[in-house]
Amino acid sequence: MTKYVTLAHGNGGEENNELISKVFYKAFENEILSKSEDAAVIHNGALAFSTDSFTVSPIFFPGGDIGKLAICGTCNDLAMMGAAPKYLTCSVIIEEGFAIRDLENIVRSMKKELEINGAIVVSGDTKVVPKGAVDKIFINTTGIGEIQQRGISSNNITQDDVILLSRDIGRHGATIFVAREGMDFGSSLQSDCASLYIQVKALMDAGIKITALRDATRGGVAAVLNEWAKQSNICIEVDEETIPVSSEVYGSCEMLGFEPLNLANEGTFVLAIPKEYAQRALEVLHQFENSSNAVAIGKVSDAYIAKVILNSSYGTKRFLDLPTGELLPRIC
Amino acid sequence: MSELQLKDFYDGFRNPDVIGGLAKLINEEAKQLPHPINIMEVCGGHTHSIMKYGLPQLMPQNIKFIHGPGCPVCIMPKERIDHAYILSQQEDVILVTLGDMIKVPGSKGSLQDARAKGADVRFVYSPLDVLKISVENPEKKVIFFAIGFETTAPMTVALIDTVIKRGIKNIFFHINHVTVPEVMVELIDSRDEHVDSYNNRIDAFLGPSHVSVITGAKIYEKFPKEYNRPVVVSGFEPVDVMEAILMLVRQFNEQRCELEIQYKRLVSYEGNLKAQQLVEKYFEKADLFKWRGLGNIPESGYKLKNEYSELDAQIIYDAILPKEEIEDHKLCICGDILRGMANPPECTIFGTACKPSSPLGSCMVSSEGACAAYYKYGNLLK
Repeated sequence: MTKYVTLAHGNGGEENNELISKVFYKAFENEILSKSEDAAVIHNGALAFSTDSFTVSPIFFPGGDIGKLAICGTCNDLAMMGAAPKYLTCSVIIEEGFAIRDLENIVRSMKKELEINGAIVVSGDTKVVPKGAVDKIFINTTGIGEIQQRGISSNNITQDDVILLSRDIGRHGATIFVAREGMDFGSSLQSDCASLYIQVKALMDAGIKITALRDATRGGVAAVLNEWAKQSNICIEVDEETIPVSSEVYGSCEMLGFEPLNLANEGTFVLAIPKEYAQRALEVLHQFENSSNAVAIGKVSDAYIAKVILNSSYGTKRFLDLPTGELLPRIC
Repeated sequence: MSELQLKDFYDGFRNPDVIGGLAKLINEEAKQLPHPINIMEVCGGHTHSIMKYGLPQLMPQNIKFIHGPGCPVCIMPKERIDHAYILSQQEDVILVTLGDMIKVPGSKGSLQDARAKGADVRFVYSPLDVLKISVENPEKKVIFFAIGFETTAPMTVALIDTVIKRGIKNIFFHINHVTVPEVMVELIDSRDEHVDSYNNRIDAFLGPSHVSVITGAKIYEKFPKEYNRPVVVSGFEPVDVMEAILMLVRQFNEQRCELEIQYKRLVSYEGNLKAQQLVEKYFEKADLFKWRGLGNIPESGYKLKNEYSELDAQIIYDAILPKEEIEDHKLCICGDILRGMANPPECTIFGTACKPSSPLGSCMVSSEGACAAYYKYGNLLK
C-alpha cells in the first residue's frame, strides 16, 4: 500500500478495500466486522447496526441534499439487512459562517426522510469548526434497526439465486459530477437518492425469501457484484444489455469517460433472490415508482470463482472488475 | 420533431446485430487470406474498445491484434513525470494537467501522491479551464503540464494563443505532446533489444481517427507506399473497428496495399488546417522524445518554439529539473508487447508486481494501455 492516503482510497473500489482491510480490519478484527455486511447484525440476530458519514459536495443537488442523503444512507444500510430502521444518532460538523437557513433546510429534509422510514433521531452532537477546517457541513448518522427477516447475508449467495437490480443505474454519481462541473445537459438528470425500506418491507410482506441485498453506493453496481462474488465465493454472470441505464446517465458517461456500472447510486439496490421467488419479487418491485424498471440482470455460476462476467448479446464476454483509481471524491 | 440526443451518435455503432453481421463477414472472407495477419491498433482508445467489447473473441484464428503505443499517458517517461512532480512541489505553483495523468508513477511517486502530501495539483477536462484557475489565483504560477497526441495539441496551443493575446503573466507550459507517425516508423524499423533483432510482426495498422480529425489521413500515406503496410483510419466504436478490419481483410484478399478511411463521418484527407497552422505557429519538433517502454525516438514530440521560451516551464525551471535518464523496470516487456512480439500475460510481473493500482510498465499505466486493458477485462477466450 502507498505511504499516504490518496483520494483513490475513498473510491469504494479496490484501493478503498485495501485501506479498510490493511488498516481498520487489522486493528478491529472480530467476527461481526469481518462479515463485511452493509450493517452489523448484533444482539443474537435481532438488531442491525450501521454508521455512515456524509461529505457530499455540492450539499444541495438535483434530487436531494446532504440531509436527505444522511438519513437515506444509514437507513438503507439497515434495510439491506432486512431491518426496519428505528433509532438514529446525528452528528454534524459545521464550518463557521454556514447559513442557518441552509442548515434548517437540511434538517427539514432529514425529518421528512426519517418519517418515511419510521425512524427517529434519539441522540446527537454539534461541532462548529473554524473556516476551512471542513467544507460547509459534514454529517454522520448511526442507526439501529429491528431485523424483520433473519439470515440475509452477502456471504450466502449460491447458484440457486438470481441477481436482480431495482432500477436504472448511475444517477447519483452522474448528477453530482454534472452539478460540480457546472455542466448542463439540459436534461432531467436527478439523483436517485431515496429510502429503500419501503420496498424491502413489501418484499418481506409478500413472503419472498431474500438471500442478499445491497445498495449500490460508492463503486456502483460493479463494486456490489464483485464484493458478493468474493464473499460468497461464486461467479456472477451478468447480461450487459439487461442493465437499465438512462440516456442522460449514458450520455454524461460518454462525455466524461465513466462507466455507468461504476457510478454511485443512493436509492438503487441489487438483490440475490432464490429462483422460485424471483418473478414475484420483480412484481412487488414494479409496484413502486422507484423500482418500476426492476429487472433480472444475471445468474450465479461456478465459471470463474470470485469473478464477475459481463456477457454481450453478440457472444463476447469480459470480466467486470472492481473500480480502481480516483473515481469521484465526495459523492456522499 | 424529437430532439437529437447524444446517444444518437453512438447507439448505431454499438448495435449487436451489426457487430454480429460484420463478425460473420470477417470470418467468411478471412478464409481467403493469403497469410495470417497481425493488425496493430495504434491508438489506446482502440485498444480499450477492442478489449471492452471483446472483439478478439469474434476474430478467426488468422487475425490477431497487436496493441500499439497510442496512449499518451502510458508512454510518458518517468523523467517527465518527475518534472511534473517537482514543479508541483514549488511553493507558489499550481500544477494543472489532464485527469489521466493522476496516478502515473514517476521515480518519486505520482501526482496523486504529490497532492496527498500537500502539493496543489489540479486536473481539468479542458486546457482552457486553466484560464479560470489563473484568474482565481493571481499570486500563483499556474503550470500546465500538456500531454497527448496530435489530437490534444491544438487545445494546448489555443490556450497558449489566449495567454499571449491577453498578456496573461502567470500561466506557463511544460509541453509533452507526441506524434503518431514517427512511433509507427520506429515500431517497424527499430531493433528489439530483448530479442536482438529488427523483428516486428505488424502486417497492417488501424489508424487513430481522432488524431486524423486534426492532421488528416495524409500523415499515414507513407505506410502503404514506403513500408508496405496498409492503413485504415478507424473510428472507436465496435462497429467502426469491425468495419475497418473487414476493409483490411479485403485489401489483403484483393492484393491491395492502401490508405483508406473508415471514419469518414469526421476524418478527411487534409484534416483541420486551421488547427495544424496554430500548432505550427507555436510548436516545433524536438530532436528526440523518450517514450516509456520504447526509448528515444527522433522527431516524435513537440516543444515550444524558442521565441515563446518565456512561457516554457522547462526553460524557466531548468535549474531544478533533473536531466538523468531513468531505466524502465528490468522485468518489464512493454517494448516487446508494443512490437507485437509478446502478449501481456506472457510478462512475468503481469498482474502480480505490476497492476493498475501499482503499475511498473507503461502498458499498465492507464486504462488505454494494453496490459491494463487485459488486466481489467481479462481475455476469457484464449
